[in-house]
Amino acid sequence: MPGGAKPQLAGWGGLSVPGRELRSERLEEVARGLPLTRGLGRSYGDSALPPPGVTAVAGSVRADRILALDPARARLRAEAGLSLRDLAWTLLPRGLFPPVVPGTQFVTLGGMVAADVHGKNHHVAGTIGRHVTGLRLLTAAGEIVDCSRERSPDLFRATIGGMGLTGHLLELELALDRIPSPWILQETRRVAHLDETLAALAESARDWPFTVCWLDALASGRALGRGVLIRGRWAEPGEAPGTPPRPLRGPAVPFRLPGFALNDLSVRLFNAVYRASFPARLRRSVVHPQKFFWPLDAVRHWNRIYGARGFTQFQCVLPESERPGAVRRFLAEAARRGGSSFLCVIKDCGAEGEGLLSFPRPGVSVALDLPMRRDTRALVEALADVVLAEGGRIYLAKDAFVRADQFRAMEPRLAAFARARDRWDPERRLRSAQSVRLLGDPA
Amino acid sequence: MNTVILGATRGIGRALARAMAARGDRLFLLGRDARDLGASARDLEARAGLAEGAIGSAACDLLEPATFAPAFDAAAAALGRLEAVVVTAGLFATQERLESDRELARRVLEADFSGTVLFCEEARERLLAAGGGRLCVLSSVAGERGRKPVVLYGAAKAGLSRYLEGLDHRFHARGLRVVCVKPGFVRTSMTEGLPEPPFAGEADEVAAIALAALDRGRPVVYAPGIWRWVMAVVRLLPRAVLRRVGF
Ligand SMILES: Cc1cc2nc3c(=O)[nH]c(=O)nc-3n(C[C@H](O)[C@H](O)[C@H](O)COP(=O)(O)OP(=O)(O)OC[C@H]3O[C@@H](n4cnc5c(N)ncnc54)[C@H](O)[C@@H]3O)c2cc1C
Ligand SMILES: NC(=O)c1ccc[n+]([C@@H]2O[C@H](COP(=O)([O-])OP(=O)(O)OC[C@H]3O[C@@H](n4cnc5c(N)ncnc54)[C@H](OP(=O)(O)O)[C@@H]3O)[C@@H](O)[C@H]2O)c1
Repeated sequence: MPGGAKPQLAGWGGLSVPGRELRSERLEEVARGLPLTRGLGRSYGDSALPPPGVTAVAGSVRADRILALDPARARLRAEAGLSLRDLAWTLLPRGLFPPVVPGTQFVTLGGMVAADVHGKNHHVAGTIGRHVTGLRLLTAAGEIVDCSRERSPDLFRATIGGMGLTGHLLELELALDRIPSPWILQETRRVAHLDETLAALAESARDWPFTVCWLDALASGRALGRGVLIRGRWAEPGEAPGTPPRPLRGPAVPFRLPGFALNDLSVRLFNAVYRASFPARLRRSVVHPQKFFWPLDAVRHWNRIYGARGFTQFQCVLPESERPGAVRRFLAEAARRGGSSFLCVIKDCGAEGEGLLSFPRPGVSVALDLPMRRDTRALVEALADVVLAEGGRIYLAKDAFVRADQFRAMEPRLAAFARARDRWDPERRLRSAQSVRLLGDPA
Repeated sequence: MNTVILGATRGIGRALARAMAARGDRLFLLGRDARDLGASARDLEARAGLAEGAIGSAACDLLEPATFAPAFDAAAAALGRLEAVVVTAGLFATQERLESDRELARRVLEADFSGTVLFCEEARERLLAAGGGRLCVLSSVAGERGRKPVVLYGAAKAGLSRYLEGLDHRFHARGLRVVCVKPGFVRTSMTEGLPEPPFAGEADEVAAIALAALDRGRPVVYAPGIWRWVMAVVRLLPRAVLRRVGF
């Protein structure tokens, strides 16, 4: 750090604490004895931040080798710091693709497993954990342990979605998807209100592997829940351009924009313009995979548009079919409280994964980006109350503000997670700022 | 280019090997840990879309000159004609540690100077026997002037830079192209945890500069490029000025 400024570690939303990463090509050498490993720091809140008073965590990004890639069996073994970007662009020309990808390619495989990420295909493919066939961890006791569905299954299940709290992930094995071409056939259309949005998602889920809706989070009243439906599948060779897609590198936001750049008006404007850029009726096109899966990656460091105060994301899943109207009640509460959001994404989820703390469950996931204001914590707590009342849960990878009592009430699975940790890390040496905040780990 | 690379398991060497494999150069890896080299070879093959086993490797330790000849023999057996040799292997420790640990000082001086020079001698002989070729070695801006924080490491790199300069003059006419790469501070495991000075570079960036210099046979290149200008000034500064600024 130039100028003697104290090094800081930050979540993607901008929340930061003093501390730094120790990086090495041999992750196990630096991770030994440290409370946490982090990847590319794309979790929004405090999942990848050290517990209070601890100033060093391990950083995995240099441990990024592909150890075995078997195209015939569609299997991969890699080190945990491998970035999704490197992996995806290695696989695409070979007719392969990771079975589940989140909304940015700037994540590590370790981070993907630790958060048990879901993608636009959750309704058919589940989370990444479903496709993981083996993990190698450095445990709190300093042992290197291989686990899978057969070997130490408790550790395996606790690690998937376990936010780094069960061990330092060193290597993992993944089953890959075969794809007919490296291009995506996409269909988009506007949706006018929430009922139409939910119906469009449900209807699309039957035939389309990738579905999602972007919502205009500022619309209210009868327009509540209006937005754009985006669905897609891999293009067949006959539908795709003959040339392979190349990774795109967009411009970057050079510095944190001043706080006034993003206000209710600019958000309203963005949402209106963005929605208007989509056709009212269904439009079909063949698109670049990066534009389809990772549209936000087009602008690097886009989180800087939120200025020095940063932002947070609130993501929850609501059991809409058990409690019809849950999504409407949630969105109405968010709108009423002025949770103005640059980005609101909703997506129907399929079956719950094996991970003991895995986020998705059957229902509808809603994600809102919230610029940091004085009342953001109160807003998040209020939204968490709605989630609790509706029987839903929140996504740890996005969270920084939910209260421990709220989280515990949402998570009947915590006891099983604690049992696995009791066995593998009884002293709770592995901790994060988040686990101290939400799980009552020692500070 | 049929290339032997010593030091591809980490840092700048890993980045350079990836860039070379991606554009179709044929590589053979040398390094001190056979298992780890194998893993790096598999990574390069997977990324470049090569069959498993396409990239060979052999053990070679800068501190064990007896390993050099067998390593080159293995490389020749795998690659056939040798066209380029790249040395990114190197050892660093802070001046404070080197002052208090004579054995570590010996290893740094040996690895970065005599070990690297003897390795280059072996490489030079083999390249010339094949009618010429390229020898690309990582030195450092730390070798340009004697400086408080890098007295020993800087001395080894200074010696290495001079050796490479002489080698270039001596064998240029016979087709040997010597490339001396002088990075400033680069964010790699070598510098992990050190306070970061201005103009810090990334391994990928330095690798790209080294590769362009290797292709063009440029005798000296600074990376990131700004160091060329910084060093042009630093080389001219009188000792009294350096003393005043606490160099
Ligand atoms: C623009 C954007 C879009 C996103 N879209 C989605 C989405 O669609 N779906 C979704 O599920 N998520 C999404 N996310 C969240 C993101 O996928 C997760 O936060 C993911 O964990 C980030 O990976 P990372 O490598 O950056 O990990 P970090 O943020 O560095 O770490 C996240 C967690 O993983 C743990 N961890 C990381 N590496 C290791 C390791 N080697 N061993 C043990 N623990 C480790 C950390 O301790 C921490 O708890 C999105 C994030 C962004 C910024
Ligand atoms: N990073 C900087 O700021 C910087 C600045 C100026 C110059 N340089 C020079 O650039 C070169 C590469 O540096 P880097 O930052 O990429 O370093 P690095 O990440 O530490 O990698 C060093 C490499 O050298 C290998 N190595 C170390 N000792 C060895 C030995 N005795 N025998 C064989 N191989 C050995 C290592 O192999 P293992 O995997 O077995 O450890 C590793 O592959 C070095 O010459 C360094 O001096 C670096």
